[in-house]
Amino acid sequence: MSALLEVEELDISFGALSAVRGASLEVRRGETHCLVGESGCGKSVTALAVMGLLPRNSVRQARRLAFDGKDILSLDEKGLSRLRGDRMAMIFQEPMTSLNPAYTVGSQMAEVLVRHRGASKRAALDRAAELLARVRITSPGMRLGQYPHQLSGGLRQRVMIAMALMCDPELLIADEPTTALDVTVQAQILRLLADLQKDLGLAILLITHDLGVVARTAHRVSVMYAGEVVESSPVDRLFNRPMHPYTRGLLSCVPVPGKVRRDQPLGSIPGMVPHVTQGFEGCAFRQRCALARPDCSGPIGRRRPEADRVYLCQIAPEEMTVS
Amino acid sequence: MSAPLIEVRDVGRVFNVRSGLLGQPKRIVAVDGVSLRLLPGEVLGVVGESGCGKSTLAKIILGLLEPSEGEVLIDGRKLSGIDRRERAQLIQPVFQDPFSSLNPRRRVRDIVALPLVAQGGASTAEVRSRVDGMLERVGLDPAMGERLPAQLSGGQRQRVAIARALVMRPRIVVCDEPTSALDVSVQAQILNLLAELRREFGLSYLFISHNLAVVEHVASEVAVMYLGRIVERNDAESLFRDPRHPYTKALLASVLTPEPGLGIPETGLGETMPDPANVPPGCRFHPRCPQAVERCGREAPETQLGARGLVECHLVAAA
Ligand SMILES: Nc1ncnc2c1ncn2[C@@H]1O[C@H](COP(=O)(O)OP(=O)(O)OP(=O)(O)O)[C@@H](O)[C@H]1O
Ligand SMILES: Nc1ncnc2c1ncn2[C@@H]1O[C@H](COP(=O)(O)OP(=O)(O)OP(=O)(O)O)[C@@H](O)[C@H]1O
Ligand code: SF4
Ligand SMILES: [Mg+2]
Ligand SMILES: [Mg+2]
Repeated sequence: MSALLEVEELDISFGALSAVRGASLEVRRGETHCLVGESGCGKSVTALAVMGLLPRNSVRQARRLAFDGKDILSLDEKGLSRLRGDRMAMIFQEPMTSLNPAYTVGSQMAEVLVRHRGASKRAALDRAAELLARVRITSPGMRLGQYPHQLSGGLRQRVMIAMALMCDPELLIADEPTTALDVTVQAQILRLLADLQKDLGLAILLITHDLGVVARTAHRVSVMYAGEVVESSPVDRLFNRPMHPYTRGLLSCVPVPGKVRRDQPLGSIPGMVPHVTQGFEGCAFRQRCALARPDCSGPIGRRRPEADRVYLCQIAPEEMTVS
Repeated sequence: MSAPLIEVRDVGRVFNVRSGLLGQPKRIVAVDGVSLRLLPGEVLGVVGESGCGKSTLAKIILGLLEPSEGEVLIDGRKLSGIDRRERAQLIQPVFQDPFSSLNPRRRVRDIVALPLVAQGGASTAEVRSRVDGMLERVGLDPAMGERLPAQLSGGQRQRVAIARALVMRPRIVVCDEPTSALDVSVQAQILNLLAELRREFGLSYLFISHNLAVVEHVASEVAVMYLGRIVERNDAESLFRDPRHPYTKALLASVLTPEPGLGIPETGLGETMPDPANVPPGCRFHPRCPQAVERCGREAPETQLGARGLVECHLVAAA
């Protein structure tokens, strides 16, 4: 069966800046695919490209962009907005960008169902209350009448999730859904998402820069660096045997209790992410990479160490033993 | 035992805020009856969720905010009795957001020089060489001294903030979420730098963070704050190995270590959020506590002091 979401060779640019370069990924039903990488690597714009919500100053190209086997590259705004909020929904990093401060939680949630399904206001509000209870908000009736600013960050994020579920989407894109939250609330929200996935068979594309979140929620992971997906792998093997030098570096930077002793330095990646403009050649990680060699500034090979893994690097799997 | 560098005695801070023109005045209890000590050479980590009072406590210790009650001693002397210049030689801050804490209109070089210049006494050449030396020590090319903060990356800005804090050769550095705004690879660089500098200059840190893995990596002693109070304190190893307060347990259980296959923990905490404008009676954690008994809603638990540690919970016997 083909994946619910298929992205093949996606390019996004802002003027001379290449924000995303040849990114490919797939999200299957019932699966959580984590898109991980550091600030500015292109995670959010990739999600926006799928949703058809990129800003006007951008240019998007792709070999294929398909939802449930159907091409969405050629859909016009009307066709896209029919999909958005209906079969695919998105939770934004900053809830206040998608919650309107001037309307109550109830009227915003109900509006989604009225618009997409032509439901009555009454039925839509009932559905909203049901979903608030489902994301474990107590006294949903009272919450429906409140304004977004009257809710804590954790509650707002739950409301966002409930709102995204109004039309029973098949694909949920969540952009850093817990980054602004405390760890205890983060655990609660991620658990909720995992439960919903199990119950509803949701496909989730989860964007995060937190490797702990990735390890605990993902089935599959794509690691982005400077606009490229440099490695893609099932979660366990990514952590147990990272292939790309960037993935390896990134994993060594995270303090893991019990692994790196106090007073021992953490691993680190020297230098900074380069500014990548159009016409850029070679591996964008080469100035920071301990394994770099002269041919790293030429075209980079796409390597498949195992059938379900890919990474972009000049170094072959069998040479990738130095850590 | 050597005398503490920082001694906080029963410090409290209340903010009276009025929301809107006709809004009820609110009394926010940001810090409530906090006592702690930082010994020479130690790194005291302070952890807790957003709004629990960590930054308020840091500002009081730095002398940037008056406590409503209690007192702070730095190196055995009352903070209020130490003048600004001398204080600058004892204790310096590094804040979370280097962008808002660095003057955007001044060159990096002048930002780092400011504490030195404010002291007076040093010649221009001396200031220049100390600034260059410090910039180099934190991993910045002295040529970067000519730039404005906006022309630097987040990690570079945090290096500038560290250089500014250390140029005075203080004995204590108060780090308030020094890496929270940074990517993990940059965070690792900054944490490694802070560790090196601590050894090199014999510094002691008060290290505030909501990231428990980071605190476990850097701290020798840890205090856990909840709604303005320290509910547990212990040496780092004991605290992380054997947390005793139910809140500490929940907090540690919530940490998502990068280990696949472990799933998402169940914290057992309800949906109620702590509100410093509305501190619950009894144990302030009881509305969320998975182990709360009837007494917890009625009676505030005593502060139990053990050999090193402290814990405030009815269900925990003193150790
Ligand atoms: N509207 C825009 N105009 C110009 N450049 C943009 C715009 N939006 C994003 N970019 C650039 O595109 C690149 C990718 O940005 P994106 O927001 O996808 O990063 P990200 O991986 O989501 O980072 P973060 O973790 O900080 O959210 C960045 O270099 C960013 O500066
Ligand atoms: N100047 C102020 N006026 C009014 N209330 C304040 C002020 N400063 C802090 N508070 C309140 O005091 C409480 C404690 O705030 P503080 O900034 O110390 O928390 P924190 O633990 O540092 O949180 P965070 O992790 O979000 O930085 C919060 O409820 C905050 O809103
Ligand atoms: S391609 Fe070269 S520079 Fe890039 S990660 Fe691989 S070895 Fe390093
Ligand atoms: Mg983003
Ligand atoms: Mg703070």
